[in-house]
Amino acid sequence: MLRKLIFILSFLATPLMAQESVVVDLSQNRVAITANFAGSEIFVFGAVKRDGPMAEGLAPLDVAIVVEGPLASTVVRKKEKRFGIWLNAEAVEVEAVPSFFTVVSTGPLDEILNEGDRRDFAIGLDYAIRRQAKETPGINVAEFSEAITRIRLDNGLYAERDGVLSLNEETLFNASIQLPANLIEGDYTARIYLIRDRNIVADTSVEISVRKEGFERWVYNLSRQQPLLYGLLSLLVALIAGYGASEIFRLLRR
Amino acid sequence: MQIYLPIAEVSVNIFLLLGLGGLVGVLSGMFGVGGGFLMTPLLFMIGIPPAVAVATEANQIVASSFSGVLAHFKRKTVDFKMGTVLLVGGLVGATVGVWVFKYLKSIGQVELLVTLSYVVFLGVIGSLMFVESLNAIRKSKKPGVLPRKKRHNWIHGLPFKMRFRTSGLYISVIPPLLVGVVVGVLAAIMGVGGGFIMVPAMIYLLGMPTKVVVGTSLFQIIFVTAYTTLSHAMQNFTVDAVLALILLTGGVIGAQVGARIGVKLKAEQLRILLAIMVLAMCAKLALDLLIMPSELFSIGAGE
Repeated sequence: MLRKLIFILSFLATPLMAQESVVVDLSQNRVAITANFAGSEIFVFGAVKRDGPMAEGLAPLDVAIVVEGPLASTVVRKKEKRFGIWLNAEAVEVEAVPSFFTVVSTGPLDEILNEGDRRDFAIGLDYAIRRQAKETPGINVAEFSEAITRIRLDNGLYAERDGVLSLNEETLFNASIQLPANLIEGDYTARIYLIRDRNIVADTSVEISVRKEGFERWVYNLSRQQPLLYGLLSLLVALIAGYGASEIFRLLRR
Repeated sequence: MQIYLPIAEVSVNIFLLLGLGGLVGVLSGMFGVGGGFLMTPLLFMIGIPPAVAVATEANQIVASSFSGVLAHFKRKTVDFKMGTVLLVGGLVGATVGVWVFKYLKSIGQVELLVTLSYVVFLGVIGSLMFVESLNAIRKSKKPGVLPRKKRHNWIHGLPFKMRFRTSGLYISVIPPLLVGVVVGVLAAIMGVGGGFIMVPAMIYLLGMPTKVVVGTSLFQIIFVTAYTTLSHAMQNFTVDAVLALILLTGGVIGAQVGARIGVKLKAEQLRILLAIMVLAMCAKLALDLLIMPSELFSIGAGE
């Protein structure tokens, strides 16, 4: 009964409070992987939009930004010592693994946001991998998901940075997201969450397109779409280079 | 300066690649070997996926052997008939090799196969070379004549005999075919030309005259590695033409420098140096298999 009352009251109270929404812009919506691509940095600029004055006595606002690469099912292998040597033994296929995952926030995620929302919206490295692999008897599948996070954390594809996002006057915020050089192409998303009292109050998302471009694009496409032609071209280049080298040095020797 | 390799999908320092190409080129010029057996493991070490390293190295070997065979064409030191027989075997072997490679890639054991093959072959070849060059150095100190016996072994009892005029041989086609098959398999799974197996086999097993051995093996290697490149490109999509071109550029320059250094050193010294290098590479790869890795898990493609 009391719960119902609170619900109705909160419903009544809502129109009186200023509605908050979030507006963001990125320094770039396209990331081009060209021949000299050595990683990149994306700046996220955001503002909190309110249709009225801010209510008094509210808990401070927090912001979390998740940038995520395309999801793919991923095979993880574990080495074991067999016949005296270390070789790949068990393999587990983990579904829906993001190729890239970075979360930045105004504070430690488990302090600023409730566990349910963190899990449901995959906010935080511990929830980056949504679905656990199928249970297989005798294999500790959780260990394999953790290994993905650990390996990608190591090579810069995953990151979680608390407190690097700065929020000014409860209104303006900005953050920079590092993209490493070993980026895979695909459609990335940036998800932005406004958080108050450990609950999400507003959110929005922006697409980031990561594509190989120019020569890289051409070579990659050719190798997948016309593998025979690509192979023949590779050979032709090799033969010309080989012939060229022998001719140049024959001339030099004279 | 970093360069993003379109097929390997990693970003590598271009000067590191040029340097590696150059270094292996110097060694191959000094010792007259293709250098694939050094380059492929080095590529693993700098983080190129093994499947890409093997296929790309095959492409690079096409270039270096083509460059080498041209000189032999002019000197007429290529036995085309023998080369063709070796080639037929090589194509069969390469087909099997690429097929095995594809299968092992799907079950995640490619790395093991490649590393094991390297440990075994580098170990055997390195030890043989080391012992032989030690003996040669010892013999050169004692004056004496080396008896050169004409061998007449079981090989001469086999059927399907064929005459090879350039080599002055009348032997069965079975041994050269088998040598070809072995070299073809190695080319496909190890990313090497296989000269280090084929040259001794041609001299000691087939009894070919030394002057036609190198030209004929290069002739076979060009076609087998070209075929391997095409197969990998079509079945595994793992040939990185950009990587091959960079390695090649460093390689051809290095090879010329190496050839000049090689002239100044004695043959036995050269061979013992090469043997030590081969054994060192073998030991490094063997340790990787024997020592517990710091990260037990690895991420493969989800196909």
